[in-house]
Amino acid sequence: MTAPTLTLNALRAAFAVALVVLAVAPFVFGATEIVLLTEFMSMLVLAIMWNLLAGYADIVTVGQHAFVGVGAYAFFGFAALANLDPYLSIPLAGIVAFVIAVPAMALVFRLRTAYLAIGTWVVAEVLMLGAGKLEAFGGGSGTSLPISIVLSFGHARDDRLAAIYWLAFALAAIALAAAYFLLRSRIGIGLTAMRDNEEGAAAVGVNITRARILCFLGAAPFLGMAGAIITLQKLRIAPPASFSITDWTVFIIFNVVIGGIGSFEGPIIGTVVYFVLRQYLGELGTWNLILLGTFSIGIILVEKRGLWGLCRRFLADDLIPIAHKPAAPKT
Amino acid sequence: MAGVWINQILQGILLGGLYTMFATGLSLSAGVMRFVNIAHGDFIVLACFLLLILTTSLGLNPIVATLVILPVAFAVGFGLQRFLLQRVVGENVLLVILVTFGLSIIIENGLLEGFGADPQKVAGGWMETATIGLGGGINMGLFQVVTFVAAVAVVAALDLVLYRTGIGAKIRAVSDDVAAADLIGLSSVRIYAVAMGISFVTIGIAAGFMSIWTDFDPASGPTRLLIAFEVIVLGGLGSMWGSLMGGIVLGVAQSVGAQFDIAWQMLAGHLVFLIVLAVRPQGLFPKY
Repeated sequence: MTAPTLTLNALRAAFAVALVVLAVAPFVFGATEIVLLTEFMSMLVLAIMWNLLAGYADIVTVGQHAFVGVGAYAFFGFAALANLDPYLSIPLAGIVAFVIAVPAMALVFRLRTAYLAIGTWVVAEVLMLGAGKLEAFGGGSGTSLPISIVLSFGHARDDRLAAIYWLAFALAAIALAAAYFLLRSRIGIGLTAMRDNEEGAAAVGVNITRARILCFLGAAPFLGMAGAIITLQKLRIAPPASFSITDWTVFIIFNVVIGGIGSFEGPIIGTVVYFVLRQYLGELGTWNLILLGTFSIGIILVEKRGLWGLCRRFLADDLIPIAHKPAAPKT
Repeated sequence: MAGVWINQILQGILLGGLYTMFATGLSLSAGVMRFVNIAHGDFIVLACFLLLILTTSLGLNPIVATLVILPVAFAVGFGLQRFLLQRVVGENVLLVILVTFGLSIIIENGLLEGFGADPQKVAGGWMETATIGLGGGINMGLFQVVTFVAAVAVVAALDLVLYRTGIGAKIRAVSDDVAAADLIGLSSVRIYAVAMGISFVTIGIAAGFMSIWTDFDPASGPTRLLIAFEVIVLGGLGSMWGSLMGGIVLGVAQSVGAQFDIAWQMLAGHLVFLIVLAVRPQGLFPKY
């Protein structure tokens, strides 16, 4: 066994251990850590989805906060206004995000690349301004989640935090698994080919349009459900907060770019780096964003595949192998 | 009652002049280099803050201050393209979007750090308050009329530069086919940088008018980018005179929307944009 392979196996073992610890985190950690980890899981879901769209499907969206906000508002509508079961309201919020994604896609897919990016931003603005017009949802200033809904996730604080954490963990796990199986599938091979060379992929018969539609519509329910879970943590909905471009798009883009865009590991690494940095830079406020912006431009100039791209120069394989390896030629 | 609506439409047309100025530079850079500078709006706001410093600290007249920043703007645009964006251009559009996106966040937060979040404005003196009465209770601000005329002049000048000068021919050649242009001895790197420089000159001009027309704060950039973007898509990509029409359509939509309810101003503009995108994706006045 060569040295890089050893390192790789050590990394894989560490990743497996981390997964096990995270699965039982509420038994291991205190309330502060669980709150932080819940936030981590929500951000991870957003990062995985953005990476899938921008890194593979060539849909650089700057408007993904739209679906987070839609999910938040839909969750509030089902749980607080329609008095449906709060647990059921989370997948329902995902469905609403999906339903909104269909006409949004029909509009923005008329644009390409950078035009598409700003087109998604306009759609997000419209949805945010529209949300501010909904009087039942508190209008422009938003409203708080009724305490009864919060309590339905557990009367004791620790139970509640654990329940919400597991929801976030489950969503992140499903998102990771979905991304893994999608990228391993026939469609995923096409997406990877698109990532590497769009014209070439089209020339060998990859159905680019179908793959892009699938990614855009597939990401929306995950973003919507993440929005619902985020609302459970924030306990409030409000247009600028639920549709926050800084929190749900800007930071996510930086995370994925720093971690490694167009790789399976990138969003995970980027989100970890973000949370580690935030623990140390959290007090810096605007400097935090300035540093992250500078850092990500630097990363793009040095290694466009991000931190994971740098690591891969020394590693024999990916942490979680996505690529299908052709059998070694017989000698 | 009709007078109110005529007035709103008239004000909207004048507002369209300002919006056209936001858009011309973006249209040029997007048309030539095939990417959208996400930091476009933030550079306009950055220039507004520069003007604020020049007019308050140095006491310069706003017109003189604007003339002072134009060469600076050209140099910034030229340098930005030559030394930063050129390193990622061509290879993959994604990277350019991400780099300009990073710049946008850096500028916005840098301004926030330096100037705070309070709205600022450059004092325009008598230019701001003078009005032209048209009778029937309809008045046009002199400054607004001057802005509109200047916007038409900027569009005409850019159109002339692109279609009647040597550098314009080179810019169009590089825009059509980079490899072929390089093959016949044009330096695409240099021409890209010049095009970006010209784009930034229009940013400086737009900032000159915007800083007097309206309040601005460090977070104003993204709104200007969205407006500029909507204007060029409405007008038809790559068409300079189209962006004037796009600006007017957007200005009128916002102005009429605001007459229903002030909160509807931005929403009305966005909705008109989305409707046009849905029914006429090539824009209202496509070039070809």
